[in-house]
Amino acid sequence: MPSFSRIVLGLFCLLVAILLLAPTLVVIPMSFNGNKSLAFPPVGFSWQWYANFFSSPDWTTSFSNSLIVALIVAVVATVIGTLAAFGVSRAAARTGGLLRALLITPMVVPGVVLAIGIYAVYLDTHLVGTVTGFVLAHTMLAIPFVLIAVQASLEVFDRRLETAASSLGAGRLTVFRTVTLPLILPGVLSGALFAFITSFDEIIVALFITSPYLKTLPVQIYSSITRDADPTVAAVGTLLFLATSLIIIAGLLLGMRRERT
Amino acid sequence: MHASQPSTGAAIEIRKASKRYGAFTALNDIDLDIRPGEFMTLLGPSGSGKTTTLNLIAGFTDITSGTLEIGGKSVTGLPSHKRNIGVVFQHYALFPHMTVGKNVAYPLALRGIKGDERAKRVRRALDMVKMADFAHRYPSELSGGQQQRVALARALVFDPPLLLMDEPLGALDKKLREWLQLEIKRIHRELGTTFVYVTHDQEEALVLSDRIAVFNGGRIEQIGTGRELYDTPATLFVGRFIGESTVLRGSAEVSGDETAMVIGGQRVFAHGRLADGARPVILLRPERVALKRVGADVVAGENRLTGTIAEAIYLGSGSKYEVRLSDGTTAVARSPLGAADFVIGDTVDVTFLRSDLILLPDDASADVTLT
Repeated sequence: MPSFSRIVLGLFCLLVAILLLAPTLVVIPMSFNGNKSLAFPPVGFSWQWYANFFSSPDWTTSFSNSLIVALIVAVVATVIGTLAAFGVSRAAARTGGLLRALLITPMVVPGVVLAIGIYAVYLDTHLVGTVTGFVLAHTMLAIPFVLIAVQASLEVFDRRLETAASSLGAGRLTVFRTVTLPLILPGVLSGALFAFITSFDEIIVALFITSPYLKTLPVQIYSSITRDADPTVAAVGTLLFLATSLIIIAGLLLGMRRERT
Repeated sequence: MHASQPSTGAAIEIRKASKRYGAFTALNDIDLDIRPGEFMTLLGPSGSGKTTTLNLIAGFTDITSGTLEIGGKSVTGLPSHKRNIGVVFQHYALFPHMTVGKNVAYPLALRGIKGDERAKRVRRALDMVKMADFAHRYPSELSGGQQQRVALARALVFDPPLLLMDEPLGALDKKLREWLQLEIKRIHRELGTTFVYVTHDQEEALVLSDRIAVFNGGRIEQIGTGRELYDTPATLFVGRFIGESTVLRGSAEVSGDETAMVIGGQRVFAHGRLADGARPVILLRPERVALKRVGADVVAGENRLTGTIAEAIYLGSGSKYEVRLSDGTTAVARSPLGAADFVIGDTVDVTFLRSDLILLPDDASADVTLT
């Protein structure tokens, strides 16, 4: 029989879980609302907001814009962030610490400050409302996440394996490709995932550098909420929630399989 | 790898080699010649420069000054992956994301050896270390001894003319270590490859090596066979590092070709003399010392020092005694089975022949580095 303290602990954990999940779960019933109002609890049932999402060009183009930008950002930020992580962890301790602090600033500086700065520069360089502009800004924001994830992997990576590979005849690039990269891959992949998500749901900088011709999904959600306030937003939220849940579950399953072998 | 046609090992020639890290000198002006196919052990305490020497040969660090030739060619500036040298590390360094088979195939893949030939050589290398049944396992599923055998197979599968081993058995327990020592010896005999082996364990060095280079403080003190190092050490450090010994110090007088030393009021004679100015010490091997009851007959050429038994240890094959001499030194004696037995507190004569003692110049650093 579980002791009293265990029951209390269990209840507390449940409470925390509800606190974390409730705001997300509230969105799901809202997306099936029969009325054109973003209200909880919903009245009636309908699929029309899903239909609206898939048929309205405002929504579909902003979704594909976000997807394209986030995919490019994931690739570029992962490459740069991984290289940076190598530089930081293999430089002398003081230089490395300094570089790291510098590279992480985009994560610490308030988003609005960055957004104003980026906007000012983009006005001069005609990058406002361009894919290039979005990719550049989001890559900067995503690099710290990749850096941290890859650096954590490098910390536990045994560098003596590189020495061994070199003694067996592998040049530096081959060592990286055949030994280092496969072993730090979990860190690189989670860095890429963070980079993707950072870009995909970035709103502050996006609001500044957006244009009527290039909107990302968060910008579209924001303008929809301020203009129409219909449950399409909830439908989008539900779809995103489903997609991320699937990705996370797949990741967990993969991790479990890896542990078993 | 070809048991029928042993590959010829590479010779190594190191001249006036030094390695400095900033103000610290890890290796100070060493000369070392290793013959093709030889089993050479670099022996010394930690920080003595033996691993630095191995790293220079492997190409993991650059030489600061001096020359290094492998197989008659200078390798200065040649990166480790182009040296074609097998290396076995203390920490195994197997790739955790590859199976045993993939690990052993790795150097072959890098050399463009494919298909049947690759499979055949992997199999032969794993057979050699008796690990053929484990080809599909991952390193994490193997014990330390098994991992090290795989590492040995991986380092030899590409037929390098030279194999370097850096304390390969250091992380294993005693039984396993002794068994693997014999395995390594057998493999060395079969292959004809030059082996360079680093260890701080003098017994291991004696078991394995054709010759041993004794390192101390970034220098080589002596290079020789185990017998030479044990019987005729060149320095006090070597004498104390290899095997057990007793060191006797006292005021010395030289007359002609003979040195006399006064130890606790008793006089001991030694053949020969040291170069002028050197302060002599006497080094005794325990099995060259015979304990006798006080008053026993004196044999010609025999030295005797009186002392008290401080410790008596029965070893099965004989006994070991520690005798406290009158000047406070402890002398170690090993007596064979059947010799007279003594108990703690007995007063005895520690006797040894003039021809059996080793006269060496005193060296205070030998004490510091050993303790």
